[in-house]
Amino acid sequence: MTTPLLRLQGLTKAYPGVVANDTVSFDIGEGEVHALLGENGAGKSTLVKMIYGLVKPDSGTMELRGQPFAPSEPRTARADGIAMVFQHFSLFDALDVAENVALGMENPPAMNDLASRIRDVSETYGLPLDPYRRVGDLSAGERQRVEIIRCLLQDPKLLIMDEPTSVLTPQEVDILFQTLQKLRSEGTSILYISHKLEEIRALCDHATILRLGKNVGECIPSETSARQMAELMVGDTLQTPERGGREFGEIALDISGLSVPSPSEFGTALKNLHLTVRKGEVLGIGGVAGNGQDELLGVLSGEITTDRDAVKLAGQPIGKEGPTARRRMGLLTAPEERLGHAAAPDMSLTENALLTGSVREGLENRGFLKWAEAQGFAKKIIKAFDVRTPGPENAARSLSGGNLQKFVIGREVLQDPDVLVVNQPTWGVDAAAAAAIRQAILDLAAGGAAVVCISQDLDELMEISDSFAALNEGRLSAPRPTTELSVDEIGLMMGGAHGIEVAHV
Amino acid sequence: MIVLEKRPQPSQAWSLATPIVAVLATMFFGGLLFAALGKNPVESIMTIFWEPLFGEFSFYYRPQLLVKGAPLVLIAIGLSLGFKAGIWNIGAEGQYIMGAIVGAGVGLAFYPLEAWYIFPLMVIGGALGGWAWAMIPAFLKVRFGTNEILVSLMLVYVAEQMLASVSLGLLKNPEGFGFPGSRNFQSYASAYNAELIEGSGMHWGVVAALIAVIFAYVLLNRHMLGFHIRLTGEAPRAARFAGVNPARLILFCLGLAGALAGLAGLFEVSGPSGQITIDFNVGYGFTAIIVAFLGRLHPVGILLAGSLMALTYIGGEIAQSELGLPAAAIQVFQGMLLFFLLAFDLLTNYRLRLALKEVA
Amino acid sequence: MDLSEINPVLLIASLMVAATPLLLAAIGELVVEKAGVLNLGVEGMMIIGAICGFAITVETGSTLFGFVAAAVGGAVLSLLFVLLTQVALANQVASGLALTLFGLGLSALMGQSYVGVKPPSTPELNIPWLSDLPVVGPILFSHDLVLYFGIGLIAVVWAVLKYTRLGLILRAVGENHDAAHALGYKVIRIRVLAIMFGGACAGLGGAYISLVRVPQWTEGMTAGIGWIALALVVFASWKPWRVLLGAYLFGGITVLQLNLQAAGVAIPVEYLAMSPYIITILVLVILSADKSGAPASLGRIFHASH
Repeated sequence: MTTPLLRLQGLTKAYPGVVANDTVSFDIGEGEVHALLGENGAGKSTLVKMIYGLVKPDSGTMELRGQPFAPSEPRTARADGIAMVFQHFSLFDALDVAENVALGMENPPAMNDLASRIRDVSETYGLPLDPYRRVGDLSAGERQRVEIIRCLLQDPKLLIMDEPTSVLTPQEVDILFQTLQKLRSEGTSILYISHKLEEIRALCDHATILRLGKNVGECIPSETSARQMAELMVGDTLQTPERGGREFGEIALDISGLSVPSPSEFGTALKNLHLTVRKGEVLGIGGVAGNGQDELLGVLSGEITTDRDAVKLAGQPIGKEGPTARRRMGLLTAPEERLGHAAAPDMSLTENALLTGSVREGLENRGFLKWAEAQGFAKKIIKAFDVRTPGPENAARSLSGGNLQKFVIGREVLQDPDVLVVNQPTWGVDAAAAAAIRQAILDLAAGGAAVVCISQDLDELMEISDSFAALNEGRLSAPRPTTELSVDEIGLMMGGAHGIEVAHV
Repeated sequence: MIVLEKRPQPSQAWSLATPIVAVLATMFFGGLLFAALGKNPVESIMTIFWEPLFGEFSFYYRPQLLVKGAPLVLIAIGLSLGFKAGIWNIGAEGQYIMGAIVGAGVGLAFYPLEAWYIFPLMVIGGALGGWAWAMIPAFLKVRFGTNEILVSLMLVYVAEQMLASVSLGLLKNPEGFGFPGSRNFQSYASAYNAELIEGSGMHWGVVAALIAVIFAYVLLNRHMLGFHIRLTGEAPRAARFAGVNPARLILFCLGLAGALAGLAGLFEVSGPSGQITIDFNVGYGFTAIIVAFLGRLHPVGILLAGSLMALTYIGGEIAQSELGLPAAAIQVFQGMLLFFLLAFDLLTNYRLRLALKEVA
Repeated sequence: MDLSEINPVLLIASLMVAATPLLLAAIGELVVEKAGVLNLGVEGMMIIGAICGFAITVETGSTLFGFVAAAVGGAVLSLLFVLLTQVALANQVASGLALTLFGLGLSALMGQSYVGVKPPSTPELNIPWLSDLPVVGPILFSHDLVLYFGIGLIAVVWAVLKYTRLGLILRAVGENHDAAHALGYKVIRIRVLAIMFGGACAGLGGAYISLVRVPQWTEGMTAGIGWIALALVVFASWKPWRVLLGAYLFGGITVLQLNLQAAGVAIPVEYLAMSPYIITILVLVILSADKSGAPASLGRIFHASH
């Protein structure tokens, strides 16, 4: 047997209260696409940060081609041929593509040379990019190309990709896979991190599965069923949400001809949006991040006001109403960003319950707060949604992502909305919590509420929504019943491949 | 190596202990500073902190505590609401001056009429003057997104020029033999902010400060508006999501801070200071910033911090006359206090952990 | 009133002098803000620079030593800001205010024995023939060296930010400190250096006031120039050459109002004296719509967590 490219032995890293990695060992072979599979919080990110030199292991060793390898910082890791494409891009919006690439290189050539090299590499791998465009103006897929090209310019031996497909349309995923296969054929090893099983089965030669920081098994993905891998990953058999057949009632929410500019500099304006949701219906809205999801949520929550008649709730025009008035009328929302938007990180759960619950739950009397009732409401949420916390006096930031998300969704669901709008309800949440949240959404719809679920997780949307529409560059496709749709059609609704050509393999 | 570790939630204990630790550290390093100036450090510190309260002449100094503490507390309460919401009004000194000018102007306009309603009108005038001056940065921020820090501060310099202008012109005492400055309110009973109890130092400004403390406490802890103020400071996006109108909040916080600073100015000029002069203001508007932070932006804390700061003012004056300690040394001493407070505040949100050299 | 007493050539020459402290402090703060840090302590660092420069010049008789001491003094005071914001992770607005309040007090304490002292004069450029040229001579060739240094500094900062890797890294840190950290750049170290550079520049600017512009020492003599420098950075949209333009504009207003005071214009002195501050506000209002040059991480606290 030949020496592997990278050998990890007994890597351990502990943070206060949690062991992120517990004696993890595995090998990555030369020219191998190696999957690192695991749920959110399983320790995948910590592990790759150790390989990339961002985090030092508490114990354990690494060997690169048989030589001891202990990068003290990303610089040394890069010098040894490790390159990484981050999940949350490490890009600089106000700088142009070439400057962004230069920042990821040890000894970048002069800007003009670099620009022509960027053009060369992007042509070779079918990833077109203009070196002088400002990164803030690029789409998510294009931004990922910047990261990939930044890595490729350094001739990496090992390319680490952290959840690369979460921001891509299905067509863009195909193109990415062709690029990766071309790289493999040139002898580059790839460490591919994901929790999407089908992708891994399609692409990877070998898989290591992490659960709660431990290596719980390895497999050859093409020879293993998705179900088997899922059970290794979750450690339990998965429950799929139940949905009963439902009759839809009258129109609860109606958006017509809505156009608004984005409040933020690099945001997306919404262009001529139309949608209707009936009582009892779950409308899923898909699309790649940054195509107007935040703006759509803002328009519905009342954070962004519009023409009076552009948004109607049960026939009532509410476009000019603020968040409080809309809550009173029965339109509740849960934004994507938990810490800082849906909840105030440093405030207690009681205060966070008050944040949206004051009107409908009667937590104030002429402006004076009823703390006892607010605490009661917080306790009710904690109990009903099984939020793991010592009590409502704890700060929101002390909760894990999944628990806080349950709290945020629970806070809205328990207020008995007529219309509920959620954005990325299970993003970064462990499988059990995600299942509970999806079930709560379905139960709410079964009770006669209209639900709009904005999500980038297509599997989730297929699972819970009755009809599906996609956001693409601020435009919304016409909604269609979910059962009629194929993956290809969904991909095209999401905008297909954004101006990309297939790699010349 | 020392590593910082973010606490899962802010530590209550450290939040209370930080100001005390900061005061102790300031005493220690202040003592070193005084020693460097050739003074006996223990004696200096004793003079500043002990003498005004329990020394031989404390019967004279104790009332002074109220006189000096009241404007500090009044201004700091107003500032703290804004600071909590992330609105940085640092021009309280200007609002203080304008309150004094308008309030005194109202009183002098009635001279020599004696009537019960003159002083209340002056109070309203003082509040309005400060309010209007603070509305300038507030309005510009809401309408044009102009930075309120810089505008409110620039307006301090403008207000100082205004003060110079009125002491030499509009409000100058016509019977003042040409000296700059207005008539003295001490000799105008209807407009004089007299001591409520003889020899106690208790004047209307002290009453107003205490009311402000109670008002702020109720607002922040029991009222939706106070909750929205805190929420805006903690998480602005969450505040907007909760339905807070940021523009209205800016107008409220800056306006209230201005009105309170203006009141402080009016009470000062019509009482302890007695007249409008070119330099009747002594920097309470800036010291109040220290008071607000030292009191942890909490109304009760501000009450205590204001008293402590008043103590350093009075003790500083004693040290100046008895030990020859320069006035600037006290200013440094107060600056140090803010420094240590901000530095030790780290411990509220972070834990210090000794880490052995990491074995990679 | 006699406006003919105002000599345009001298006016331009003296506006360049009036603009220099502002220019030095503002270009320093520009670098600090480009690195993503908002230091509101400029006024405090300037006044410390003013007294350090003044005291050392008086003691040694050398203005060169004086200016070096001013830069060192400003940089040392900025280390307190470093300690608060980069080590203790304190709020930058509050820490900047603390720095200013502390600096004002400390400078008053240090300067007690220097009130009323006259410093040695700062040598001026005197190039035979060139300096004697009419109009051009007094405007371009007859100033002290620090003034030319200030203009040179603008050019250097501009070139470094635009063309060098150091400048690129500095901008990257100010734009997105988490990404810069992920790529392995030392966010804190770069910011500390930037803050110290800002402190040194502010110190130089302060010393220019006490040694050249006034020249003597009085308490609180910077009189808000540090704050105007902060406004100037906004005015300049974080672009170095626009700092030069803005500084000359403000310098012009200051000098003009002083000249008008001297000429005995019918406007009361107080209203003339407040004009630079009011104009600063007006300029801020007009320009606050354009925040395109503002670094995205400005004022945010960076803590490398897992």
